[in-house]
Amino acid sequence: MSLYRDTGIVVRVQKLGEADRIITLITRKFGKVRAVAKGVRRTGSRFGARLEPFGHVDVQFYTGRTLDVITQVQTVDAFGSPIVADYQRYTVASAILETADRLCAEEGEPVLRLYLLVIGALRALAGGERDAALVLDAFLLRAMAFAGWEPAIVECARCASPGPHPAFNVAAGGAVCARCRPAGSVNPGAEVLILLDALMVGDWARAEHSSYPVRRQASGLIAAHLQWHLERGLRSLPLVERRLREQAGVPEAEQHAEPHAELDGPATQR
Amino acid sequence: MYEGVVQDLIDELGRFPGVGPKSAQRIAFHLLNSDPADINRLREVLGKVAEGVTFCEVCGTVAEQQRCRICRDERRDATLVCVVEEPKDVLAVERTGEFKGRYHVLGGALDPLSGIGPDQLRMRELLARIGTDEITEVILATDPNTEGEATATYLVRMLRDFPGLTVTRLASGLPMGGDLEFADELTLGRALSGRRAL
Ligand SMILES: [Zn+2]
Repeated sequence: MSLYRDTGIVVRVQKLGEADRIITLITRKFGKVRAVAKGVRRTGSRFGARLEPFGHVDVQFYTGRTLDVITQVQTVDAFGSPIVADYQRYTVASAILETADRLCAEEGEPVLRLYLLVIGALRALAGGERDAALVLDAFLLRAMAFAGWEPAIVECARCASPGPHPAFNVAAGGAVCARCRPAGSVNPGAEVLILLDALMVGDWARAEHSSYPVRRQASGLIAAHLQWHLERGLRSLPLVERRLREQAGVPEAEQHAEPHAELDGPATQR
Repeated sequence: MYEGVVQDLIDELGRFPGVGPKSAQRIAFHLLNSDPADINRLREVLGKVAEGVTFCEVCGTVAEQQRCRICRDERRDATLVCVVEEPKDVLAVERTGEFKGRYHVLGGALDPLSGIGPDQLRMRELLARIGTDEITEVILATDPNTEGEATATYLVRMLRDFPGLTVTRLASGLPMGGDLEFADELTLGRALSGRRAL
């Protein structure tokens, strides 16, 4: 029996048999790992709620014949409770997990950069200080760069002439100059491309300065770019809650601050 | 591999949740040694299932008639509605004997990773009931796991502006991360009696 240990993010859980689950994790050293958590669905399981989606955990596995088996779990960051306490954050975080799971095709192949991107995005969502939709778009852009599908934002996607350029074409790979512009390109406006660039480089001051209509356009381009490269569409992306936040007076984090404190309750310590 | 119909039977049984190849073989040989009358009874029940199971038009649980036994029962408190994910959760709460109200079965939990959003669940039906019936309290009894908690969050937001409606959530007596169906009656009963307003 060979044991190994790693930290990882729980990206998917599937029922197995009566009371077990198959847990899919994106780990720091070993990339995607699928492993069995025995008895995890029984109340009073020693794993408790630690192997739920969004959990950042330190796990010990032993190598099984078909699937590895989880023997011990410790929580590193309990991102789950602040995320499920806000429905928009929950939908955004789900889209992040699904994207990470899909971009990580091979089990056991290291994906350190993607792992760090997922942790950074979930930490920002759980903290609640950044707009959840912007966190998602920044994650998707950088995750696409990780996969080698980074959209051209400043230079022309075709001839690499320096921009900024007014047109954007998903099939061509991003921004396109007036000479290369294929039929069916869109003209998103300079502010949208400025926002895309800010999200890609992590310039939050500039990103948060953008107006909501600009953010919606940028989200549309990012989603279209992602769907173009994925064989099948993401299930969670159409379910991401896109709200007209400028009309709501109270920030979302304050609106839903209290209801789900019980996730941290004493019952989890069993 | 067995020959013919015995292997077919094992294969069919092996497709059930929680039944591995060994259990399938055990059940198959149990059936082969059973009284033909027992097998006929099983066949009749399966025939009825194949003809279609009906769901209660009010609460959405499995029912023999248009309305289930609980929704027809005049002695049940119509002002109190317990929202659960699945029909099996109705049974779990009923077993506690603590609850005298009625139910609303959502048909699952909000789970974007499986493509399940509000429109895939019986959310609109719940809103319609609250709009027309005499409901004054909604108890959220979704599973104490990620999807169940997120569903409760969504319902709180959806229901909080209804005048005169109290929304409560099962108390934290339930260990997190499991399924409601595995909760013992004592734990589930205590969680019900200790519910609190959100
Ligand atoms: Zn009913």
